[in-house]
Amino acid sequence: MSETTAEMTGAAVKTKSAASGKLAILWREMKNHKVSYLFLAPFLIIFTLFTIVPVATSFVLSFTYYNIVEPPRWIGWSNYKLLFVDDDVFLKAIVNTIKFAVITGPVGYTMAFLLAWVISQIPVKYRFFYTLCFYTPAITSAIAISVVWLYMFSGDRYGLINYWLIKLGVFNEPWLWLQSIKTQLLVMIIVSLWMSMGIGFLAFLAGLQNVPRDYYEAGAIDGIRSRWQELWYITVPSVKPQLLFGAVMQVVSSLQVFDISIQLLGMPSVLYAGHTVMTHLFDYAFIRFEMGYAAAVAVVLFLMMVGLNRVIFKWLGSEE
Amino acid sequence: MIGNTSIVKGKRFDLGGMALYFFLTALGLLMLAPLVYMISSALKPTAELFLFPPRFFVVNPTLKNFKDLLLATGTSIVPFSRYIFNSVVVSTSIVIGSIIIAAMAAYPLSKHKRLPFKKTIFNLVIFALMFAPQVTQIPQFLVVSKLGLMNTYVALIVPALAAPVSLFLMKQFLDQIPDALIEATRIDGGTEWTTFWRVVMPMLKPAWATLSLFSFIGAWNDPWSANIYTTTENMKTLPLALQTLSGGYGVVARVGTVAAASLLMVIPTIVVFVVTQRMVLETMAHSGIKE
Repeated sequence: MSETTAEMTGAAVKTKSAASGKLAILWREMKNHKVSYLFLAPFLIIFTLFTIVPVATSFVLSFTYYNIVEPPRWIGWSNYKLLFVDDDVFLKAIVNTIKFAVITGPVGYTMAFLLAWVISQIPVKYRFFYTLCFYTPAITSAIAISVVWLYMFSGDRYGLINYWLIKLGVFNEPWLWLQSIKTQLLVMIIVSLWMSMGIGFLAFLAGLQNVPRDYYEAGAIDGIRSRWQELWYITVPSVKPQLLFGAVMQVVSSLQVFDISIQLLGMPSVLYAGHTVMTHLFDYAFIRFEMGYAAAVAVVLFLMMVGLNRVIFKWLGSEE
Repeated sequence: MIGNTSIVKGKRFDLGGMALYFFLTALGLLMLAPLVYMISSALKPTAELFLFPPRFFVVNPTLKNFKDLLLATGTSIVPFSRYIFNSVVVSTSIVIGSIIIAAMAAYPLSKHKRLPFKKTIFNLVIFALMFAPQVTQIPQFLVVSKLGLMNTYVALIVPALAAPVSLFLMKQFLDQIPDALIEATRIDGGTEWTTFWRVVMPMLKPAWATLSLFSFIGAWNDPWSANIYTTTENMKTLPLALQTLSGGYGVVARVGTVAAASLLMVIPTIVVFVVTQRMVLETMAHSGIKE
């Protein structure tokens, strides 16, 4: 009996010393890598200060009432209750954002991939021109280009689109594209599809150029007949990492649509028909200064993104 | 001709290929149309701007809009050139700073095999890659204002320096550089610091190109930071100034001046893209994103 207790305490002491031994080894390893940590320090300090701390603070603030002037006051789940139960505008914003993302996400993504695929097959000397055509819209800022779109979609007969449609006999009188609640979201979708050949497009282009030629030869021997089969059975699987990267970027950018809404439709848009989660966040944070409430909006947006990205990783992530 | 990846097969006339070229060119020109229209409006005299029926191309080009832009805003609050100066300072600092900081951080993460917490740090960065930077905007604003950095260049530059995307791309690229090269320098007695500057940095040149394109475009087009971290007129950057100038939606009155300002804003991004494009594609090809 006493023997077993002795044994047990012995074991406990052993594990304890093993644990502290491990810690000591870890500490020694860390000391040996002093220089490595010095290299990492600038990034980590700024990253912590401006990303990790803010994310954590956002979570905490979302449970408080905070107007910057007075110190934050703990109010539990009230902000979230208000958001999902009483804030009709927020519900509208969520619906708008999802509608927007469901259309621009897949369409923009597919367009980017197909265009990259076609471009990757033409001779290198012509590629630059087409890359420039399709990529330039993505690098222009929404603010700078809004001058053009505002004019194109202008609600009087001076607007280019109204002018053409009237001339073609589609409409009898000018349509208020940016004020009508029927077309606000449509305009946002058109403009952002125009701008959507971004970082994903470049990644696809580079990936497609690097698919080894022998894959296609092997495929031909195995009986692949058409270009579409080639695309589906060989090309797509070979560029999976780029597809994943592009999808993550697309999700992030579709869900945080903001500039386009503000620039084209104003803040707030007529009857909130072009209101998005990001404009709601901006409204409460930097116009009304209700930081706690805005933080709750941020948290909801964050969870939406993480959730969607999980799904994407499940579909496209490699099985490691 | 399966297995041949090019559409144009030799000199043979190919109807499908022709159709595809036609389609690509048409779509490409359609994509460029709004930009062409922007250039054309920036050069239009007032009489042509309000012409009915509306005209796409300019007939009598003039530089009056650019003159108006510099004069009109010059007498009112601060000269327009001040916004350009602010934007140039902020964007260049972000590009240079983030390349150096990201490369420095990527080096140990990629090449120091036994570094404790390596995986944890990298996973954290990957996680941060997945959400909008704007989500952190509110507390960032609080951090900046508590540190007393409002209305300084520091507030506009520093928060953008540690971008997860930069670190991710740098690390993926470094992973493909053979360790032997770095080992050799170490054996020759180089310290980590000299190894980094003499060997690692030069090899990372193609990655610089990619990062400078992305971070320049991000910084140059970003109205957020200036909107939130500045309150005075002379700290505004170009996109924010443009936003105020255009006066929100539905304003058509100063369309010529706004088009001129917008053009000034778009040109640098196109120039940077053209310059870095070659190297970018190279980086993407060898790097990365490919595992």
